[in-house]
Amino acid sequence: MSNLFIPNPKEAESIHIMREVVAQFERPVLLFSGGKDSIILVRLAQKAFYPAKIPFPLLHVDTGHNFPETIEFRDKLVAELGLELIVRNVQDSIDQGKVREERGRYASRNTLQTTTLLDAIEEFKFDACIGGARRDEEKARAKERVFSVRDDFGQWDEKNQRPELFDMFNGKIHVGQNVRVFPISNWTELDVWEYIRTENLEIPSLYFAHKREVFFRDGMIWTANQHVYRDQSELVEEKMVRFRTVGDMTCTAAVLSEAVTLDDVVAEIRQSTISERGARIDDKRSEAAMETRKKVGYF
Amino acid sequence: MDIQGRKLIKIATAGSVDDGKSTLIGRLLYDTKSLTTDKIEAIERSSRQRGYDYLDFSLATDGLLAEREQGITIDVAHIYFNTEKTNFIVADTPGHVEYTRNMVTGASTSNVAIILIDARKGVIEQTYRHFFIANLLRISHVIVAINKMDLVGYDEDTYLKIKADFDVLVEKSDFHQEQITFIPVSALKGENIARKSKQMPWYFGNTLLDHLEILEPADLQESTVARFPIQYVIRPKTEAFHDFRGFSGKLYGGSLKVGDAVTVLPSGNESRIKSIHFFDQELEEAAPGSSIAITLSTEVDCSRGDMIVKRGFEPRSEKTISATICQVNSKALKVGEKYILQHGINRVLAKIDQIESRIHTDFTGTEETEQLKLNDIGRVHFRLSKPIHFDSYRDNKSNGSFILIDEGSFDTLSVGFIE
Repeated sequence: MSNLFIPNPKEAESIHIMREVVAQFERPVLLFSGGKDSIILVRLAQKAFYPAKIPFPLLHVDTGHNFPETIEFRDKLVAELGLELIVRNVQDSIDQGKVREERGRYASRNTLQTTTLLDAIEEFKFDACIGGARRDEEKARAKERVFSVRDDFGQWDEKNQRPELFDMFNGKIHVGQNVRVFPISNWTELDVWEYIRTENLEIPSLYFAHKREVFFRDGMIWTANQHVYRDQSELVEEKMVRFRTVGDMTCTAAVLSEAVTLDDVVAEIRQSTISERGARIDDKRSEAAMETRKKVGYF
Repeated sequence: MDIQGRKLIKIATAGSVDDGKSTLIGRLLYDTKSLTTDKIEAIERSSRQRGYDYLDFSLATDGLLAEREQGITIDVAHIYFNTEKTNFIVADTPGHVEYTRNMVTGASTSNVAIILIDARKGVIEQTYRHFFIANLLRISHVIVAINKMDLVGYDEDTYLKIKADFDVLVEKSDFHQEQITFIPVSALKGENIARKSKQMPWYFGNTLLDHLEILEPADLQESTVARFPIQYVIRPKTEAFHDFRGFSGKLYGGSLKVGDAVTVLPSGNESRIKSIHFFDQELEEAAPGSSIAITLSTEVDCSRGDMIVKRGFEPRSEKTISATICQVNSKALKVGEKYILQHGINRVLAKIDQIESRIHTDFTGTEETEQLKLNDIGRVHFRLSKPIHFDSYRDNKSNGSFILIDEGSFDTLSVGFIE
């Protein structure tokens, strides 16, 4: 008996998808947020093309309200792996008058990102944007395709999606259209964490328990920071917290946690009774918040 | 095996409107403790708002706005849950008459099918259709879940009658390797889902969850000959890997090992496998399902769409093919029209020589037709611009299936199963 390599089917599927992107499109890009899912995408891309370099750049749409830890991590990863990074700023879209800053208690730049992203797609003529969305995250995403065609306006037409049969992906598009590609569609949150542990991947320190100045609102834990609106009545406390999902500060809530190692985190996720996006303030706006954002081009 | 060493089972569900399919899936999630507190709270809230005196688990899976408004499932949704031993992916496909395409789509990535029957209605026309599709796709494990047993007083005779009616259907099938299991359940009450029902002491079989758990991946995976379609040629052109030419792709059907004598198609060139790479590891032998890169011992001209196979186990290479087609787009398939045919990752042009027949999905035979409309299934003969290297779908699923793409809109129009 020789040493038979038995693949992890989800990883093999994701690598297959990465290779299809590069083979079927001229100008792919990987949408990199600095969060765990996009970190996994980078790893899968490495595996798909090794020993060659990752044959596409990373694009980070920076809201300007990112956690400094995320940006620090992003720059380190890019330098270590010799990747090409493109950054486009929501602040520029605001300065150009293309979008208006939200005001008030729940102000966030999360929705504004869409405009900056669509502009970047047009600027670089990207025809495929690889993203780290997973179907288990949110119910509207459960119906997303792996290759999701968007029109010239970046819109998602959920009733008119191409069926995906076996593992054949149809990436044929017209000029002006682009495709959002989700290689880890079939991964669960636990898969992601197990993979980070197995592969020994570095992730931003935000994902581990740390002391942070926070305040409580609507049963969620908000970061106390100049970018986050806070009432006088909302008192700041120092708590031991970590983040399960990392968006920008205005839309990502922390969870109380003592998990300081990967093993702790995996154990915590296993026992968790709150869903990952339960700590996403942006999803709480309405029952169909994600679906509504996706239709207009949100990633 | 998945990341955690658990086995991975992919399930397609099929049922008619109101058979309680979403409720069944919601119940599976609830009983395996896969629903989180916030989701359960959302279900409780919605159920209360609608004035139900029970928890409406179907709310756990019905995702899109339109279907929440209409209270029906309109597209394929993917749902994930796991137990200690097994990782599950459910493709939830709707059961409307007009949505055959969704079940075909969901079933194409699954190795188990659950067909739901409403115990009050018994085997109906749609049951025929669902079983027909499970057959067409050669799904080896079919579970017939006879649901809403609570509404027929958990009556054994009702169960036996439905089972007998279904057995008549099974006799009409041309696929005899499949394993069919009948389970009487109440998804709403949780009877025989994860918990053995005390209401039905006459049923001695496994609960649905137990049955799913005892399935072994080996039973579910196709075991045939190796097919390695080349996806992308890796040429690093760096100093360390100056002459490296890795043919990357996903391996199907059987394993490949270093030293294997191979033929490259379409050139017919012969070579040997020099090395197999998975990231920075060199492998001796890779099992089917692996996404790997292969180097050959001789300089062979090969590019995307070509195929590496074991010498002596070559597939058929032809410019004319016959296939069973399922139309998955509202644009009809017509004789004389040209389409892009994508076989695996390889694309050629295809012209329809003849549409031989439309097949009745209720096992009552065929009829002549000029065209295949959305949700139609039919027998079609094609002429191709270049030969493809294929197997019969019955022998090798991945190398025996293709899709047709519209030359104008680029939409996926049909899926084909080669004879």
